Amino acid sequence: MWDYTKKVMDHFLNPRNVGEVQEPDAVAEVGNITCGDALKITIKLDDEGKICECKFKTFGCASAIASSSVLTELVIGMTLDEAAKVTNKDIVAHLGTLPEEKMHCSVMGMEALQAAIADYKKRHGEAVDEIVEDEDHEGRIVCRCFGITDVKIRKVAKENDLHSAEQITQYTKAGGACGTCLDQIQTILDSLWKEKAEAAPEAEQEKDDFESLSVVQKVIKVQSVIDREVRPVLERDGGDCELVDIQGNTAYIKMKGHCQMCPASQVTLKNLVQGKLNEFVSPKIIVEDAGK
Amino acid sequence: MTQEEDRIVYLDNNATTAVAPEVLEAMMPFLTKYYGNPSSIHTFGGQVAAHIEEAREKVAKLLGAASSEIIFTSCGTESDSAAILSALGICRKKNKIVCSTVEHAAILNLSQELERKGYEIVRIPVDSKGRLDMEFAEQVIDTDTAVVSVMWANNETGNIQPVEKLAELAHKQGALFHTDAVQAVGKVPMDLSKMNIDMLSLSGHKLHAPKGVGALYVKRGVRFRPFIIGGHQERGRRAGTENVASVVGLGKAAELAYNGIAEENTRVKAMRDRLEENLLKIKATRLNGDPEHRLPNTSNISFEFIEGESILMLLDMFKICASSGSACTTGSLEPSHVLRAMGVPYTAAHGAIRFSFSRYNTEADVDFVLEKLPPVIERLREISPYWKG
Repeated sequence: MWDYTKKVMDHFLNPRNVGEVQEPDAVAEVGNITCGDALKITIKLDDEGKICECKFKTFGCASAIASSSVLTELVIGMTLDEAAKVTNKDIVAHLGTLPEEKMHCSVMGMEALQAAIADYKKRHGEAVDEIVEDEDHEGRIVCRCFGITDVKIRKVAKENDLHSAEQITQYTKAGGACGTCLDQIQTILDSLWKEKAEAAPEAEQEKDDFESLSVVQKVIKVQSVIDREVRPVLERDGGDCELVDIQGNTAYIKMKGHCQMCPASQVTLKNLVQGKLNEFVSPKIIVEDAGK
Repeated sequence: MTQEEDRIVYLDNNATTAVAPEVLEAMMPFLTKYYGNPSSIHTFGGQVAAHIEEAREKVAKLLGAASSEIIFTSCGTESDSAAILSALGICRKKNKIVCSTVEHAAILNLSQELERKGYEIVRIPVDSKGRLDMEFAEQVIDTDTAVVSVMWANNETGNIQPVEKLAELAHKQGALFHTDAVQAVGKVPMDLSKMNIDMLSLSGHKLHAPKGVGALYVKRGVRFRPFIIGGHQERGRRAGTENVASVVGLGKAAELAYNGIAEENTRVKAMRDRLEENLLKIKATRLNGDPEHRLPNTSNISFEFIEGESILMLLDMFKICASSGSACTTGSLEPSHVLRAMGVPYTAAHGAIRFSFSRYNTEADVDFVLEKLPPVIERLREISPYWKG
């Protein structure tokens, strides 16, 4: 049973602006029936270029219907430039909140809106925003099950400050079916946040206690957390890991046993091993695969 | 009308059932006055053991088994794990387990775990009606097979599988046969004394006993290695102090089920059929499963072009309880593995609703659903971009 807010239930039970606008200025359809949700929005502008009508049709669960309904309310009265700034976070904020597993419903709302704006621009011969263009045509498909591109993953991750593959699944569905792309998603996230950190070095480079420790002290601390928190979890699946080296804030870990062959070993490394070390030793520790 | 408003129409009996009033009544003394340990030497405790044995006889009678063939457990899942792991422990040289693609998670996830540990798992596929590919079964069950485990009846579609034929195929190759019968027991008449099934799992809460109690049938002469090791309870086959009240409750529930099995197959079936017939009159609906070989209480219907969670949540407004094969209801992103294994198209799989009856349902329940559900379907279709009217 989902813990939906009153606002979600209200928009689900009494959806606003259902249907299709007559003679629309912009139309967009995102999602598809295979994936389990889809949304079609139609938009009409008034003489001042403001959205005077916005209607939706949605195939999906309660949160998909509520997200669509609240989106239409949000954008009516906005110019297209204003509407272009609406994100899935705005949709979630207006609904109170959504369960983490349902975040993709709000992302679908945002995508439909952006696609509709792009549709309007195309109809009027205007240049289309790079990101929307990318998503439609140039992104590389990462998740084959749900057809999610790397461009979309980066975009949603940046907008919502997402760091783990699991979060990407909740927000975009990517990796939620067969799971074979989870490693790839994690790699995309790692390089994304690495780039970001390098772009703004001062802010992130605060002195951490861990850095001032001697190598031996670092090894003792890291090793004890690995023995206590990490290995028992891996052993349940017939896996194991070993600390190979520590240089600066980077711990080099080798995956062993079943973990070595596991297609999700990079996810395990980042989510479990790095997660535990960040939690129990220092948030600055980065884990790298020593096997590579 | 107030009575109407308070009423819950419970059509989710394959998920769990109401504890029968008679069952609760039978249990109460063991939650209050008779709290003794059945293993104690004193009369106060020891007398409780007789009630456990009485319950065992009642469960045995429902199955057509001998009471010595019944082991009480904590649930259907424990019974499943115990049966499979026992079979593997006995046939150490054999490396293969044969099950089906439509098993319950209790078998499906256990088999995945065993696969990781190096066992070979072969899953028998099903056709569009959910019927097992028996030719495939015959080909894959071989002398390296330790155990064949196929559910007696499917929880989502109600499909009844040819367990006797499968047991025959297993025995021909020297393998054991286990069946997860949690949905079948109490709904399908069975006489295990005349059948070739080696092990069978059942669950209390699917037949009006409380949650947290189950049983495993192990045919006389079939070797068994205990899953939970410790004390001598259940003749050393399942350690742990007995869940006395629930075991007594399961005994009472088995007795009621034995007496009520004709009703399941007549009155309950008639209600199910009436609901199904009328719902299938709605445009763009389809029945999932095999109407020829099906539990009398289950109906799985797809309402195309709309999504199951939305349907259930709107039904919930009328206090109608059913369940769905949709992805969204569980938080997983893919629809039910059973419907996918059957090749039900996505347009229909996302909007599949399961109605499951019990003897506590009434004709008024059917009327109520037939009154409330069609407008819900219509309303969601009006919102759906795929519905063209």
